[in-house]
Amino acid sequence: MWPLWEVFIRSKQGLDHKHVGSLHAADAQMAIEAARDVYTRRMEGVSIWVVESKYIHASNPDDSAAFFDPANDKVYRHPTFYQVPDEIEHM
Amino acid sequence: MEVNPELLFQGKIDAEVKIEPRDWMPPAYRKTLIRQISQHAHSEIVGMLPEGNWITRAPSLRRKAALLAKVQDEAGHGLYLYAACETLGVDRETLLNELHSGKAKYSSIFNYPTLTWADMGAIGWLVDGAAIMNQVPLCRASYGPYARAMVRVCKEESFHQRQGYEIMMTLTKGTEAQKRMAQDALDRWWWPSLMMFGPSDTDSPNSAQSMKWKIKRFSNDELRQRFVDYTVPQAEFIGLRVPDADLRWNEERQHYDFGAIDWEEFQQVLSGNGPCNRERLQARVDAHEQGAWVREAATAYAQKHQRQTV
Repeated sequence: MWPLWEVFIRSKQGLDHKHVGSLHAADAQMAIEAARDVYTRRMEGVSIWVVESKYIHASNPDDSAAFFDPANDKVYRHPTFYQVPDEIEHM
Repeated sequence: MEVNPELLFQGKIDAEVKIEPRDWMPPAYRKTLIRQISQHAHSEIVGMLPEGNWITRAPSLRRKAALLAKVQDEAGHGLYLYAACETLGVDRETLLNELHSGKAKYSSIFNYPTLTWADMGAIGWLVDGAAIMNQVPLCRASYGPYARAMVRVCKEESFHQRQGYEIMMTLTKGTEAQKRMAQDALDRWWWPSLMMFGPSDTDSPNSAQSMKWKIKRFSNDELRQRFVDYTVPQAEFIGLRVPDADLRWNEERQHYDFGAIDWEEFQQVLSGNGPCNRERLQARVDAHEQGAWVREAATAYAQKHQRQTV
């Protein structure tokens, strides 16, 4: 069986490539052409990236509570944490 | 303190938090999803066969282009779904083997023959209509990859139903023979379409668990009723008669009452004794086996190309 590829599509100029799904293909060229046929039959994309799935490294969902914890208690990183009088505009 | 993972999981489901591939899930949830998504994928793939029968005989270029696009979409939908299924840890080869060996099921509707051009109309209108009714709630299924695949499928499928209805409408405005052809197609496809929603709630043992896991959002009978309520006026509008002597509007319920479904027929077709079961499966197996050289050639080409670039 051909390897699995993850497919990322830029839907229009100016936007990020976004993961849309995966497919099997013999090589990168075939993966791109298959991605065009499978994921962009209605002009859903202007650019395609494919990455062989085995090269994707991901954070572990079982650890996500601890892993993302450092950002959890830092409300002072958000603008609403700071008091500014109502009379002040453009801020 | 050790938290029960099963409770944690159900808590996420209840809070409408989607489950993603590497998240913990109960083995039975995984198994149910693999069964449901692969059956769904197989249905898309086998579903190409009854319509493939008419592509070369479509009555106009417009109809031919539409039918070809629809069948291509079905191939695409099968692939979205196989890919979603593979995120659960089952590989494509296993899934295909299960289909080809007859172990896996697919929607029983595709075991009926497509006898006339009007069947292309009836399939698009009724079969895709029923599929859409089933699939729209699946866009909110609790398993992320399945829900995302269904969003794509639903977006693409509404043209399928509309082109089918247009075919029926055109036939009903045609000659007497064309009208009869349209009525005959509705007569043959109506009941199998109602069966597409699956057994009645009282005979559907897995339904309650699937609802609790939010894989399913509505019961089989609810969706079937909605399909009847939507479709009967569509038939009336083009002057076709729904083949059910017991069909009537129930003012009190604000729904159509309809006749009893022949579940014996459903079970027969599901267990392999429908008019086309063997033909459909054989066509799939032949396509797979006769396509083996293409897969091998592509692999060989990729290897050769890789050696040259290294």
